[in-house]
Amino acid sequence: MQAQSSVVKSSLRLTLAAVLMFGFGFAMVPLYDIFCEITGLNGKVQQSVITTDMQVDRSRLVKVQLIAANNAEMPWRFTSLQDEVELHPGDWKQVGFWAANVTDNYMVSQSVPSITPARAAQYIEKRECFCFQQQPLEAGESKQMNLVFTISPDMPDDIHTVSMVYTLFDASAYSEANKLVARVD
Amino acid sequence: MTSVVTSHEDGHHGPAKGLMRWVLTTNHKDIGTMYLWFSFTMLLIGGAMALIIRAELFEPGMQLIEPEFFNQMTTMHGLIMVFGAIMPAFVGLANWLVPMMVGAPDMALPRMNNLSFWILPFAFGMLILTLFSEAGAPNFGWTFYAPLSTTYAPSSVTFFIFGVHLMGISSIMGAINIIATILNMRAPGMTLMKMPLFVWTWLITAYLLIAVMPVLAGVVTMMLMDIHFGTSFFNAAGGGDPVLFQHVFWFFGHPEVYIMILPAFGIVSQIIPTFARKPLFGYASMVYATASIAFLSFIVWAHHMFTVGLPLATELFFMYATMLIAIPTGVKVFNWVSTMFRGSMTFETPMLFALAFVVLFTIGGFSGLMLAIAPADFQYHDTYFVVAHFHYVLVPGALFAIIAGVYYWIPKWCGNYYNETLGKWHFWLSFIGVNITFFPMHFVGLAGMPRRIPDYALQFADFNAVASVGAFIFGFSQLLFLYIVITTIRGNNKASAEVWEGAEGLEWTLESPAPYHSFSEPPEVK
Repeated sequence: MQAQSSVVKSSLRLTLAAVLMFGFGFAMVPLYDIFCEITGLNGKVQQSVITTDMQVDRSRLVKVQLIAANNAEMPWRFTSLQDEVELHPGDWKQVGFWAANVTDNYMVSQSVPSITPARAAQYIEKRECFCFQQQPLEAGESKQMNLVFTISPDMPDDIHTVSMVYTLFDASAYSEANKLVARVD
Repeated sequence: MTSVVTSHEDGHHGPAKGLMRWVLTTNHKDIGTMYLWFSFTMLLIGGAMALIIRAELFEPGMQLIEPEFFNQMTTMHGLIMVFGAIMPAFVGLANWLVPMMVGAPDMALPRMNNLSFWILPFAFGMLILTLFSEAGAPNFGWTFYAPLSTTYAPSSVTFFIFGVHLMGISSIMGAINIIATILNMRAPGMTLMKMPLFVWTWLITAYLLIAVMPVLAGVVTMMLMDIHFGTSFFNAAGGGDPVLFQHVFWFFGHPEVYIMILPAFGIVSQIIPTFARKPLFGYASMVYATASIAFLSFIVWAHHMFTVGLPLATELFFMYATMLIAIPTGVKVFNWVSTMFRGSMTFETPMLFALAFVVLFTIGGFSGLMLAIAPADFQYHDTYFVVAHFHYVLVPGALFAIIAGVYYWIPKWCGNYYNETLGKWHFWLSFIGVNITFFPMHFVGLAGMPRRIPDYALQFADFNAVASVGAFIFGFSQLLFLYIVITTIRGNNKASAEVWEGAEGLEWTLESPAPYHSFSEPPEVK
């Protein structure tokens, strides 16, 4: 019957549309990250090592404030060793953070950076960062964690101060070691 | 019994007898009735929760309930009203009316229709039963922002997730059914641009449902995986982002608010021409305005998130896009007003509710425009001003339209007129109650009272007391509605086929009550 087959056809098409939209919901996750990385929105920074040297812009100084923060569920002590540094765009700078595992257990941390103002994020270049990897600490252990970074001379010169916040998260449940164990299981 | 059920050949038989009629039915009228009763039950349950909230807020300080329970009440009230009361009521109206309005014998997929209704009691049973669990019901607000709904959620959140999955499946099946019916089952001559506006608005709503309910299913699935399978969609420690939750949620959530209002526009566009005894001022502009609103609903979601730290360009884009919605909405309001202009108006109960809809929905629309202004929203965000805004568009907006629709079509459904005097009482009590409840919320919101709190500062006391009194007036006057509906079903005041002088449309060519099987032969459409 003509009508019946067209009903089946529209139902199948609409079901397919619903399934595709379900997929689209999940596709929003990588799309969101890509969008933020391209535009530098949300303070997302490039999480990769930069090795090329760039022209140093001696004509101006940028103030970088370093802030260490703990996620609500992270019991470690975590502070920045310098509150604030000044650098010429293009100059490499090393700064330190200090973390102590004050619990009785081995724990793994992951720090997540956030840059303010957000439009400065895309100009931050890092050669070395403790945030590139998860950082494990034995119970009671402490260590200095380093960050080597610069600011690209391309950054608009109306930005005089950049705040870099590193938030430390308890990543024990997501650690590489745990994943290996899970895979063996 | 068996012989009754199996002797179908002539196609002219009444409904089966007993309880199994309702469990097994594939008749669009039966299923529409069940949807409407289900949503009315949910309205009373969600309304009781609202009264618990308003009783606690009657005066400052903690009197009646614990803060944890208060949070469960606000969450469950929102979820039940949105997904249990408003949405199923519209689906129920669509079930009853769409086939009769387009001249079809039934819905295109009657068995799926049965399934999509019968999923709902299980979805809401599961959701409501969490109230009696040790962990308590979900307490993270109807918007269930991560990490409140993941890291910090009560263990009952899993039941909530499966409940949302079920109601999403039900809505998607309902939407597929409605689109398949409208596109394939129209009587010969019923072109798209001859369809009644209620059918048009539902067609567009159904497309919205198919586009966004799967995204809602996706976001709760991500929550499920974060909670139970160690993923980190919304957990920054594992590389996720809680703000992502808000983007995905509101990508669903904003079209969702239009899902709850577009069919209301359709109902009001049926009722006003009848009681103004004039055709709708601009039919085509109504259709295009509805379609524009539906399109715009996909590109405005971040206006719910102005304060999360969006960059300036994004704030501006979402601010202007949101304000753009006022244009097609204005087209609609002017259309209704122009339809009434110089009409021979009478003020039966459906018309009263429809008029209240036009006035009060417009107030809600204007407060929405205020909220759309990004810099001003930093003051209004998460205050009672927002509560006042969305209750104005959902209660005297969506709910009044549904009630108007019930009064308008109930003589067609059960063959009897309702009691007009009681109907007017119901209207005035509801109208006064709703305004006493929600109007003061604008003031306390602008003065800075945050939403979702069980206790508040002293300066908000008077307006809150007033709002609570209004809430009880409004809540209990809905019991009068229940009484009116029951007496109408049992009544004896026979309705004519046309029911209303000046009513247009195929459904009024059927006798009252509408026969169990209608339009087995497609009607002539001129």
